[in-house]
Amino acid sequence: METHLLSIAVAIALLPLTGALIAGLVGKQIGRSATHWVTIILIGSAFLLSCYLFADMVLLGHPPEEGVIYNWVTTGAFKFDVAILLDRLSATMLFIVSFISFMVHIYTVGYMAEDPGYTRFFSYVSLFTFSMLILVLANNFLLLFFGWEGVGLVSYLLIGFWFKRESAVAGGLKAFIVNRVGDVGFVLAIAAVLTYFHSLDYQTVFSHVTSILGKTLPLLPGTSVSVITVICVLFFIGAMAKSAQIPLHVWLPESMEGPTPISALIHAATMVTAGIYMVARLSPLFEYSPAALSLVLMLGATTCLWMGFLAVVQQDIKRVIAYSTISQLGYMAVALGASAYDVAIFHLMTHAFFKALLFLAAGSVIIALHHEQDMRKMGGLASYMPITYLTFVIGALALAAVPPFAGFYSKDAIIEAVHLSTTPGAHYAYWCVLVGAFVTPLYIFRALFLTFHGKKRYESTVYESPWVVLVPLLALALPSLIAGGILIGPMLFATPRLLGASIFVLPQHDVLTALARDYHGAKLMALNATQTLPFWLALAGIVTAWLFNLGCPQWADSLKKRLSWLYKIMLANYGFDDFNQLVLVRGSRRIGEFFYKVSDLIMIDGVFVNGSGRLIRLFARRGRQIQTGYLYHYALIMLLGLTVFLGWFVLRV
Amino acid sequence: MISLADFLIVAAILFGIGLAGIIINRKNIIVLLMSIELMLLAVNTNFIAFSYFLGNNIGQVFVFFILTVAAAEAAIGLAIMVVLFRKSGTIEVDKLDLLKG
Repeated sequence: METHLLSIAVAIALLPLTGALIAGLVGKQIGRSATHWVTIILIGSAFLLSCYLFADMVLLGHPPEEGVIYNWVTTGAFKFDVAILLDRLSATMLFIVSFISFMVHIYTVGYMAEDPGYTRFFSYVSLFTFSMLILVLANNFLLLFFGWEGVGLVSYLLIGFWFKRESAVAGGLKAFIVNRVGDVGFVLAIAAVLTYFHSLDYQTVFSHVTSILGKTLPLLPGTSVSVITVICVLFFIGAMAKSAQIPLHVWLPESMEGPTPISALIHAATMVTAGIYMVARLSPLFEYSPAALSLVLMLGATTCLWMGFLAVVQQDIKRVIAYSTISQLGYMAVALGASAYDVAIFHLMTHAFFKALLFLAAGSVIIALHHEQDMRKMGGLASYMPITYLTFVIGALALAAVPPFAGFYSKDAIIEAVHLSTTPGAHYAYWCVLVGAFVTPLYIFRALFLTFHGKKRYESTVYESPWVVLVPLLALALPSLIAGGILIGPMLFATPRLLGASIFVLPQHDVLTALARDYHGAKLMALNATQTLPFWLALAGIVTAWLFNLGCPQWADSLKKRLSWLYKIMLANYGFDDFNQLVLVRGSRRIGEFFYKVSDLIMIDGVFVNGSGRLIRLFARRGRQIQTGYLYHYALIMLLGLTVFLGWFVLRV
Repeated sequence: MISLADFLIVAAILFGIGLAGIIINRKNIIVLLMSIELMLLAVNTNFIAFSYFLGNNIGQVFVFFILTVAAAEAAIGLAIMVVLFRKSGTIEVDKLDLLKG
């Protein structure tokens, strides 16, 4: 370890691990309150340390630092180190992750209060944070992969946390399997990087990118694809699974089976943002592959719009927010595809705040209603739960991109960046994100109106949640309110930008510089919002949501009846689940059954195992006939044998 | 004058009879022992014939040894036979198929 900054970074990663170990191994012995105090204090100190790092690296502009912690594997020409890279991007991510995780830890005390798996939950959450921090801090692809897999594993444990519920187990399994699909791409990409760059260190790879630009790979006979595009697309396949882009988004709604705090953590700060972070981190690679950027852009735009529509028809409050997360991740992917990596990270940050807020607020409602998640059984909660209501409204306004809330700045920047982008497909993406700007407020305000307004549709009396739940809500509401306006200037338009040299953009892709010409300060941007289309779309979305849910609820019913076929398709997630179930799950089951019957039962069991046994028995049955037991038979055989050998000996000349 | 070949032919015939006795005999173990004895005597005949015609006495010394061993073998063989008879009540070769697979 060379400097104290690196030691601090290592400490940030190890503190949650310590917490996880304590909670997991001796949690039962030290009791519930000791467990949550230990983990919260550890993650809290990690948060404070990452604040310090954020200030030092990002605000004071300390140059990036790298350090090897220890040598992991040395094999022939390759050396893999557990080494960390501390730069502006990783410091920013550290800050976001540890902040959200800290809030979630505190919130969990209230949410999981009556759960028998209390200590286990704290252990998992801390472990989850640790994996994500390692992912963010890695300075090479292998350690990135370690964090990546760690996050995937713990997400499986957490989604299936209530392992007695069948749907939770299935949800965890689905998340795990879909993520493995993405991992295939990721591992292949790492292998390709190792093949062409002979190193897995970011810096080495990034500095040699130009040397492989001309190389092509005959992917299919007769075609050749440039190596850099292959690598980038493979990496993006990994990102697609983690960041829930079509068609690998199917696991994310299922992940709602986990407890709400973990939904907030998965959807806001960890796991799903890993893919976005990875693409931003690999900007020096993606910049040289317009095809990959275009793919990111188009898939992101498609995800953003079509998953937004799905959020409109959900009845489960958590599922609305889950589909909203997919849609917002689509926005981030669009920003990545438009080479506006800073904007993507900016949206990642603001989204982390308001999405964690929305989830935790929804969780607060869920506790109040004794784990009821169906919005049809809510309504009129605003007067009973004023603080939850207020924070949910702030989150919803931020998500709906209403100025001056945080989401407005980041989303507006994305829409403008796509508008200016020249990446192929940008035109399509622009329309998608524009319509998305209408759909987003529609679904979130539908959820808001159904939950907090209208008639009371439940029996029990409802009380506001305890302070351990409300404090994180308020702590998240503040940045959801102001973070956008404060950060947009330094993050997007200052020179150097907040993320500085962590992000690499080719001059011909540089949309941000073009964007900066029209930027005259955050306040003016909010004030001028009335002259932009997205603002009016957002308002229209809110008004539509009001009309259909409170103003004239009968409209919603008649629309539902008239477009019942469309409604069914949307409820069925456009058939993605059915397709997966029919083609992939049943297909692989059939293949499995075929192989089980043919290669396992017939070939291996039948021919090789039992077959060889039967063959030996057959030989033995014949062979033992020779052993008659009669002396004279043996004597005769000996005589014959002797005759043959003698005859051969004599006659062989 | 009796030639070496004549001796060898006699010995071969004796040996053949002994062998045939072992193979063909299905009834009695005693016949079996006698056949073995016959084969040993055929060998002895060979030894003596060669010893005589080659003028080397070692062959005759061997014969004494073989006779001694044969006597011992007959004693042991008969003893085994007695035990066998006590055990299984028969000395018929056809019945002795304990080694059958």
